[in-house]
Amino acid sequence: MLSWPILSVTTFLPLVGALFIMMLSGEGEVEKRNARWVALWTTLITFAVSLVLVWRFDAGSAEFQFVERRPWIAGTINYHMGVDGISLPFVILTTALMPLCIIASWGAIQQRVKEYMIAFLVLETLMVGTFCALDLVLFYLFFEGGLIPMFLIIGVWGGPRRVYASFKFFLYTLLGSVLMLLAIMAMYWDAGTTDIPTLLKHGFPAHLQTWAWLAFFASFAVKMPMWPVHTWLPDAHVEAPTAGSVILAAILLKMGGYGFLRFSLPMFPLASQDFAPLIFTLSVIAIVYTSLVALVQEDMKKLIAYSSVAHMGFVTMGIFAATTQGIAGGIFQMVSHGIVSGALFLSVGVVYDRLHTREISAYGGLVNRMPLYAAAFMVFTLANVGLPGTSGFVGEFLTLIGTFKVSIWTATAATLGVILSAAYALWLYRKVVLGALVKPKLAAIKDLDYRELITLGPLAILTILFGVFPKPIIDMSAGSIAHLITQYQTALGAAKTAASAAAMLVK
Amino acid sequence: MNETFAVRELYPVLPEIVLAVGAMVLLMVGAFRGERAATPINWLAILLLIVAGGVIVWLPVERLEAFDGSFVLEPFARFLKLLALLGSATAILMSFNYFEREQQNRFEYPILILLSTTGMLMLISAADLIALYLGLELMSLALYVVAAINRDSVRSTEAGLKYFVLGALSSGMLLYGASLVYGFTGTISFDGIAKASTSGSIGLIFGLVFLFAGFCFKVSAVPFHMWTPDVYEGAPTPVTAFFAAAPKVAGIAMFIRVAIEAFPEIVPQWQQIVVFVSIASMVLGAFAAIGQRNIKRLMAYSSIGHMGFALVGLAAGTSEGVQGVLVYMAIYVAMTLGTFACILSMRRDGQMVEDIADLAGLARTNPAMAFFLAMLLFSLAGIPPLAGFFAKFYVFLAAIKAGLFALAVIGVLASVVGAYYYLAIIKIMYFDEPLRPFEPMPYQLKAVLAVSGLFNLLFFVYPGPLVEAANAAAKSLF
Repeated sequence: MLSWPILSVTTFLPLVGALFIMMLSGEGEVEKRNARWVALWTTLITFAVSLVLVWRFDAGSAEFQFVERRPWIAGTINYHMGVDGISLPFVILTTALMPLCIIASWGAIQQRVKEYMIAFLVLETLMVGTFCALDLVLFYLFFEGGLIPMFLIIGVWGGPRRVYASFKFFLYTLLGSVLMLLAIMAMYWDAGTTDIPTLLKHGFPAHLQTWAWLAFFASFAVKMPMWPVHTWLPDAHVEAPTAGSVILAAILLKMGGYGFLRFSLPMFPLASQDFAPLIFTLSVIAIVYTSLVALVQEDMKKLIAYSSVAHMGFVTMGIFAATTQGIAGGIFQMVSHGIVSGALFLSVGVVYDRLHTREISAYGGLVNRMPLYAAAFMVFTLANVGLPGTSGFVGEFLTLIGTFKVSIWTATAATLGVILSAAYALWLYRKVVLGALVKPKLAAIKDLDYRELITLGPLAILTILFGVFPKPIIDMSAGSIAHLITQYQTALGAAKTAASAAAMLVK
Repeated sequence: MNETFAVRELYPVLPEIVLAVGAMVLLMVGAFRGERAATPINWLAILLLIVAGGVIVWLPVERLEAFDGSFVLEPFARFLKLLALLGSATAILMSFNYFEREQQNRFEYPILILLSTTGMLMLISAADLIALYLGLELMSLALYVVAAINRDSVRSTEAGLKYFVLGALSSGMLLYGASLVYGFTGTISFDGIAKASTSGSIGLIFGLVFLFAGFCFKVSAVPFHMWTPDVYEGAPTPVTAFFAAAPKVAGIAMFIRVAIEAFPEIVPQWQQIVVFVSIASMVLGAFAAIGQRNIKRLMAYSSIGHMGFALVGLAAGTSEGVQGVLVYMAIYVAMTLGTFACILSMRRDGQMVEDIADLAGLARTNPAMAFFLAMLLFSLAGIPPLAGFFAKFYVFLAAIKAGLFALAVIGVLASVVGAYYYLAIIKIMYFDEPLRPFEPMPYQLKAVLAVSGLFNLLFFVYPGPLVEAANAAAKSLF
């Protein structure tokens, strides 16, 4: 295909930028400015390179593309990279959001700018790598490595309870992941390789599937996060700096969903089917319960964090429904949530930078002084509600259809969440933006400046664009989803035949 | 038997001969030249260790034997000997600036380390119980003295005395175990014991237990770990750095060799012991370190935990397991030495400081040191893509293959608990407000920290050579 290793370039380009920033030296302000510009250019170039991926990607094929493979450790573990229709949307989401994060941090971060930019660029490398890795050990390396920069981002540049939040984030995620590591080892001894395409074809024995599924679940459920292991998320979101929250909500959470799609469903089909009721139950609880929790929040970021948990509930439900609509909806919902929740956190960041508080009660009537902000915030709020015409609708609708075919009760209960999300999101909007502007502190508040317009504008356009024209994303992953479902059904069918044959023999 | 043949027979022992003779010569130099010669003797001692390492590399790769098979040199021994030499040489390199500043620059210190290292090399190659005991005692006696080298300090002498009394007790247990094993098998050579131990009689198992108790003491594994925190804290810091690296390598080496070579027929019997010791060490290391304020004491608990992780590989009792232990030890030595280079740089107003709280805000007063130390700590916690992750990866890989699922699950959970206290140090360095900066690092420590830090950061790029070497070394034992 391409004569140069495009995935490695996309993955490691930010790291090169980080090294470059490390070399920078100069007087205070000059150094800060240079660090910001280098970070911005690095992320922009990375984004441009990743667009080549979209351009050259063959959506009709379910195979992994742009594959690179080099021997790495001891013959059996390779440096193996590649993307298919399931991973490509996340790669683009990551590279697209990074420049916006850098711009959003432009004025907000004044302390230790150099280190901040390095941490973000390293994080980008690790995130892109996670989605491109086609070897389990390589995947784990990227997946876990992301903890280090994120821990520092929350802990160094975070809010007042940053220490607590960063520890909780790190230890929760690590706890889930180490169990996954053991499962990876067990899979290695069963299949003799950690190569993902090979493992996808390898039928694991039923008992191993059960245990490995649970171990992977421990990791991805925490990352996702699913109820009841979601409690790290509100803390981390509230304390993280704005750009950190954006990355956390838009990309890091998606690693959980990606993991379910890439590993749990295709590699452990029998266990996935057995545990689907568990997932449905947890998803419905997440959707309904965390929506209710979101209703009583007094902190804007916390409210959005709880709404993230609820939205991720739709994703897990759709994925484990294992129908075409469910999975397509899950992927779409993840991409859409990446855009919308990222934008919501950026919107909170806008007012936070002005007033340095996230208390909902500190605001009110912003529409009078900030019409542009009110408009942008409205688009994202409505997308969060799932209004038709916004990208949020497509994902929720598809996952609900997909689940309805499998479990009517789950779908019915989940629909409650749509109503509740309207309640908390509109309530937030009314409290913050609408009404009379009476609070004296808000009297001189300024509307969006051009930098904030640059960050929020594209996201608003994408939200509406994907709402009315979801085809690009759906098409990109259609081939891979079809392949995934065929494989899943075949595996289940084979197991059923084997079971009935065994039953015949007994008779 | 002609003369050339006899000389050739001594080739496998050549590194030990080089070290022993060199140590004697340096002792004479020191005795006649006095304290003035201390610094040159330090450099010469390092040179001697490098020469010994060169000899090991130069000797042919196949299995060599000397003294009627009681001394063997195969890839397994070569791997661990080079590691022990590296640990000792680095420990000397990190020490003399410290002793100069504390004005106790004694020429005996490097010589004692040389003698101790000679003991380690013999221990690693020992293939019968007598040779094992000889090597062990040569190593340990020098260690007791080194622990108390700062003879005017109550803490240091207390550490030395404590170490000596408990060490003597453990040697006694080991000797008792060895005599039981001899009594029930009628031989002292590991091969002979292996042939005679197929039945696994109760007396033999008694001996085995006493032997293992002695080994556990030397590698500071629970429940024979009690000396470690006190000795680590009390001994001068460069001595602690030395204790944390090379002797652990030798201790693990004898543990593996005895378990695998002398008792291959009764694996299930000793496997239970190793599994218990491993779990207890990992869990105690993780939980007990949380409350520590003194960084040397914390490193003591950390090393207890790490020995627990290394023993996970031995518990598997397979070639993969031994490979895992070897990879673990190599990476552990690199991480520990780098960390101690940082601890040795914690000096303010001419005084060493040892509280973890003294590191506050290091990320702003000395960003490079803070960065490397933070990466080393993440690595000790086993976070990918740092070297420490690969260390844990290989031991757990072996444990999973051997079906030791409970051990593996408890182990990884303990590593999460352990991550907490490493994070706590990083938190102090990165999140807290800075204190006054430390004095500038001496160049020796800078060099050690840079090498170990870069190894730790970049190991994932090219892990092949170390893993392959460990694989070859492990295979040579089976």
